[in-house]
Amino acid sequence: MSNITNQSLSEILENIKSKKISSLELTQAYIKNIENAKKLNAFVTTTFDQALENAKKFDNKPNNEQLLSGVPLAVKDLFCTENIKTTAGSNILNNFVPSYESTVTKNLWNNGAFLLGKLNCDEFAMGSSNETSFFGNVINPIGDHLVPGGSSGGSSSALAADLTPATIGTDTGGSIRQPASFTGTVGLKPTYGLCSRWGIVAFASSLDQAGPMTKTVNDCSIMLEAMSGFDEKDSTSINKKKETYSKNLKDNIKGLKIGIPKEYRVDNMPKEIDELWEKGKKILKDLGAQLIDISLPHTKYALPTYYIVAPAEASSNLARYDGVRYGYRSQKGKDLIEMYENTRSEGFGDEVKRRILIGTYVLSSGYYDAYYLKAQKVRQLIKKDFDDSFTKIDAILTPSTPSSAFKIGEKTNDPVSMYLNDIFTVPVNLAGLPALSLPAGLDKQGYPLGLQLIGKALDEQKILNIGYAFEKNCGYKNEIKKWWS
Amino acid sequence: MSLDKEKIKHVAKLARISVDEAKVDSLTKDLNSIFKFIEQLNELNTDKVEPLTSILNQSLRSRKDEISDGKIREKILKNSPKKK
Repeated sequence: MSNITNQSLSEILENIKSKKISSLELTQAYIKNIENAKKLNAFVTTTFDQALENAKKFDNKPNNEQLLSGVPLAVKDLFCTENIKTTAGSNILNNFVPSYESTVTKNLWNNGAFLLGKLNCDEFAMGSSNETSFFGNVINPIGDHLVPGGSSGGSSSALAADLTPATIGTDTGGSIRQPASFTGTVGLKPTYGLCSRWGIVAFASSLDQAGPMTKTVNDCSIMLEAMSGFDEKDSTSINKKKETYSKNLKDNIKGLKIGIPKEYRVDNMPKEIDELWEKGKKILKDLGAQLIDISLPHTKYALPTYYIVAPAEASSNLARYDGVRYGYRSQKGKDLIEMYENTRSEGFGDEVKRRILIGTYVLSSGYYDAYYLKAQKVRQLIKKDFDDSFTKIDAILTPSTPSSAFKIGEKTNDPVSMYLNDIFTVPVNLAGLPALSLPAGLDKQGYPLGLQLIGKALDEQKILNIGYAFEKNCGYKNEIKKWWS
Repeated sequence: MSLDKEKIKHVAKLARISVDEAKVDSLTKDLNSIFKFIEQLNELNTDKVEPLTSILNQSLRSRKDEISDGKIREKILKNSPKKK
């Protein structure tokens, strides 16, 4: 089987089960692809020896009862992995080797998968283009001059380039959905609290959520099923019965009510995105869904709210990086305070420092009410917009991003223009809802574009079902020339 | 409002980040453009709105106050930059 690596995860699982391919052959095929794809810079660390050993172990004693039997997976380098370096894309953690495993990755391994390597990402997941990583920017397989999106840019690039059969990312303001959209792949941000945050390097704790990135909706349901679940070690983990998303996946969406929010048509949006949205509406309508115009009036305030809440939480979360207990330490400074200041100045990159300063300022005495408290109030209004709409609809359809993948360097000098990339994804994080980005078409340059389905809290099954039906009828197929190998 | 260089140096001090003098100008420019963007929120009247402190409809769980971990001093010290 020469083309095993361009198959979907579910096809690969079938092939392993039926012994058409061994876990070792599969692992070797991915290792070969990864070694040929160094130009993409998708990996920070590879764990080939360990992966080959795990593959052999599986082949000797195959257990096909598991969700991810015998499958190697690369994961975003924001998930702590026991005895494997975990950097969060930062110089300040570039020598950090966790003594514990994140719950989400542990869940994957308990379901039969094993680690292939750690994927590059924006530093501390702060970025929309993977250009803020200490380990250099990642290239989008769609074109050598394009960003793969961010912050889970190593994940989207590796997935689209067939360097891993599926992967996981984290999404604080769009960091799974926007890179999925930029690379023609599927990305899901689950309901806040569905996947444990334990062992994930923290960015903004009231927004952070891990989720799957895959080639198909079916794959996405398999990965979500494997990674999710209640965890005592995460104080905001939701205690509920585990769902079997893949078994319950069905493509009948007749009678479902799909909300179309008028506020998601923004100025200067390329015509193709509007057309794609129309196409998406038509597909769902033809499948028997009912389209309903809705209004989410506070949408335009979501990004300004996010840029208070997220930096505030980040400034507090990142206070722990002081060069004392772990991580990078500067050799300069005449006393303890100067050691802290130099460590943090040398250890953090510009974007992270900017956000720590914003966060420190909005939380500082005399400014708290004007910024942080104000943002928490507006966050309430944004959540209420969704709550009100969801009394009359099942899901919401919007574009995933206001543009396709942009050029490397195009937005690095203007932070606000970079932030605007997340205009359609951020409201969902503020409201804690699940949202699925689906590849839906190409723009006139031939770059992928995505559509987003937003669901009620814990309604993952429904948006996966709608996505599944959409995928079958959309006819989108990622065709990427492997120019890098 | 606008942030001047002195204010930014003060905030950097609070955040324990030393700022390179040569970079203060560009940092001031960037932060001011971000705050101009953020301050759109002032268009909204939120006098009667309760702040949202948690998006979950559940209160934080409590647990028994007992040790569930421990005796891993060596493991933890492995990552320290310098030790005695």
